Amino acid sequence: MRITQGCFSFLPDLTDEQISRQVQYCLEQGWAVNIEFTDDPHPRNHFWEMWGLPMFDLRDAAGVMMELNECRKVYGNSYIRLSAFDSSHGWESVRLSFIVNRPKEEPGFRLERHEMAGRNIRYTTRSYAADRPEGRRYD
Amino acid sequence: MPPNELMTASIPTNRRSPPEENNMNMHSMTVRGKDRYKSGVMEYKKMGYWEPDYVPKDTDVIALFRVTPQDGVDPIEASAAVAGESSTATWTVVWTDRLTAAEKYRAKCYRVDPVPNSPGQYFAYIAYDIDLFEPGSIANLSASIIGNVFGFKPLKALRLEDMRLPVAYVKTFQGPATGIVVERERMDKFGRPLLGATVKPKLGLSGRNYGRVVYEALKGGLDFTKDDENINSQPFMHWRERFLYCMEAVNKAQAASGEIKGTYLNVTAGTMEDMYERAEFAKELGSVIIMIDLVIGYTAIQSMAKWARRNDMILHLHRAGHSTYTRQRSHGVSFRVIAKWMRLAGVDHIHAGTVVGKLEGDPATTRGYYDICREDYNPARLEHGVFFDQHWASLNKLMPVASGGIHAGQMHQLLDHLGEDVILQFGGGTIGHPMGIQAGATANRVALEAMILARNEGRDYLHEGPEILAKAAETCTPLKSALEVWKDVTFNYESTDMPDYVPTPSVAM
Repeated sequence: MRITQGCFSFLPDLTDEQISRQVQYCLEQGWAVNIEFTDDPHPRNHFWEMWGLPMFDLRDAAGVMMELNECRKVYGNSYIRLSAFDSSHGWESVRLSFIVNRPKEEPGFRLERHEMAGRNIRYTTRSYAADRPEGRRYD
Repeated sequence: MPPNELMTASIPTNRRSPPEENNMNMHSMTVRGKDRYKSGVMEYKKMGYWEPDYVPKDTDVIALFRVTPQDGVDPIEASAAVAGESSTATWTVVWTDRLTAAEKYRAKCYRVDPVPNSPGQYFAYIAYDIDLFEPGSIANLSASIIGNVFGFKPLKALRLEDMRLPVAYVKTFQGPATGIVVERERMDKFGRPLLGATVKPKLGLSGRNYGRVVYEALKGGLDFTKDDENINSQPFMHWRERFLYCMEAVNKAQAASGEIKGTYLNVTAGTMEDMYERAEFAKELGSVIIMIDLVIGYTAIQSMAKWARRNDMILHLHRAGHSTYTRQRSHGVSFRVIAKWMRLAGVDHIHAGTVVGKLEGDPATTRGYYDICREDYNPARLEHGVFFDQHWASLNKLMPVASGGIHAGQMHQLLDHLGEDVILQFGGGTIGHPMGIQAGATANRVALEAMILARNEGRDYLHEGPEILAKAAETCTPLKSALEVWKDVTFNYESTDMPDYVPTPSVAM
């Protein structure tokens, strides 16, 4: 399966040139871009690991692309996403987020159903990959 | 001043027209002293409801009415009557006024302007002291402002066009239970409009069949599906059946996509107790969102907004019934006022027009509604029908929803008119897709992502829109087929409600 989190997951994977243009857009808005990676892409896992701090005060997308390539060297078989933070009043949150790297195989999720009283069912979404220890999930 | 000239410089809250500019706004005619309280009937404009020298206080509520007096009725007297009948006055002088600080409680009409290009209609600006209103109650605010005066005989018609709500009053309301920022964080969706669809046909599907539509649409790529306004609990599908099957669909689609999904479970019912019961069940099942209809009334809406805040629930409002009083230009209440009231009342989503779809909505007026929902400060913009500066004092932002007769082929226009913080709902445009519901959803999502990508790259997406879509369709058969089926569908009809002021280019010297 293909996880479709983030802004551009329904398009063919973005090329580095396309990624770079999106980063440049974020920087022009005054947003700080952060690189985040994970091997636990549960839809409610909000806190992917940070590859350094959000890059504040950056003017050129090349800086982000350089870091992204470094991150890919270490976590090339994990999910990596770029998130852009807007510090302006009234937002103070993420304004754009998109996946820029995926593991070769995306095992996806199992939906567990726990039958409750009446016809009620309690659902749990479980990542197949997360059954294995952190760091060895996409080996 | 030519009647159609744009008065951008005017801030009606604190400007008094010089007499030579508008000779209607003459001095006060108020009778003072003991003559004021002589038994009998006195003109409203002499009773203290017409005060052209009055400067509204920062804490005053200000209402702008479009007044159409009966033939032969003096517009100033008609406007003063509106001020009187929406505050302290009755048809005759009463001595009991003298037991009160009557001058404070009298609403004061302080300005009357002829409406541009509309003979017989006048804009009346009326200021109300904040002490006239109960804190945190739309019911009280609306009972005061529109409770009595709309059937007043000396008027042919009356419309509440806009209101300035002072920060002091705004701060007595909870505001949107969740707000745009937290909704996006909770849903993990950033940088693009959200996508939804209303399940069709809106009547007759069994719970199981209904859940099928929800699953297909969410799995295909939508973020939300939606109950329609009249889906409550009918013989063909009782509410618990719908909720159970819908949540199976939501959870299955979440696992299939790795994304957070939601379906607006309509909890509208005959009593508050029933609504609370349905909302509690939705929460128990793990729904992220519930839905109510405008017809449940302002107090019920505020109650559900408080419930939603307490229970981490997004609250969707369907503006069912609003066109009965918002659509006609001469009589009723403008939707911009309803939007302001609903932001105070505390809903998270409100249908606010599509511009390009099948339902009423002129682009400039719609822009005004969207600004009211989403901005922390609205400067007066007469060309958008926004008459007052409005501070929202960090009240949460309200997500506008565009629904009704829109399809993937219009994506560039929708993004241009409505921006990024909006929910685009393609009901027919998803479910009516020739390759099925999943394909319909995918077509919409691909069209949207392609357009956002192009916009961020700095392309002139409005003009290159069809080209951008055609390119995206090369790798997406569902989008290709959507563009073919609906390529010629547009809804071009004259709007019945639009701004009275239009910009006129100034002549370069």
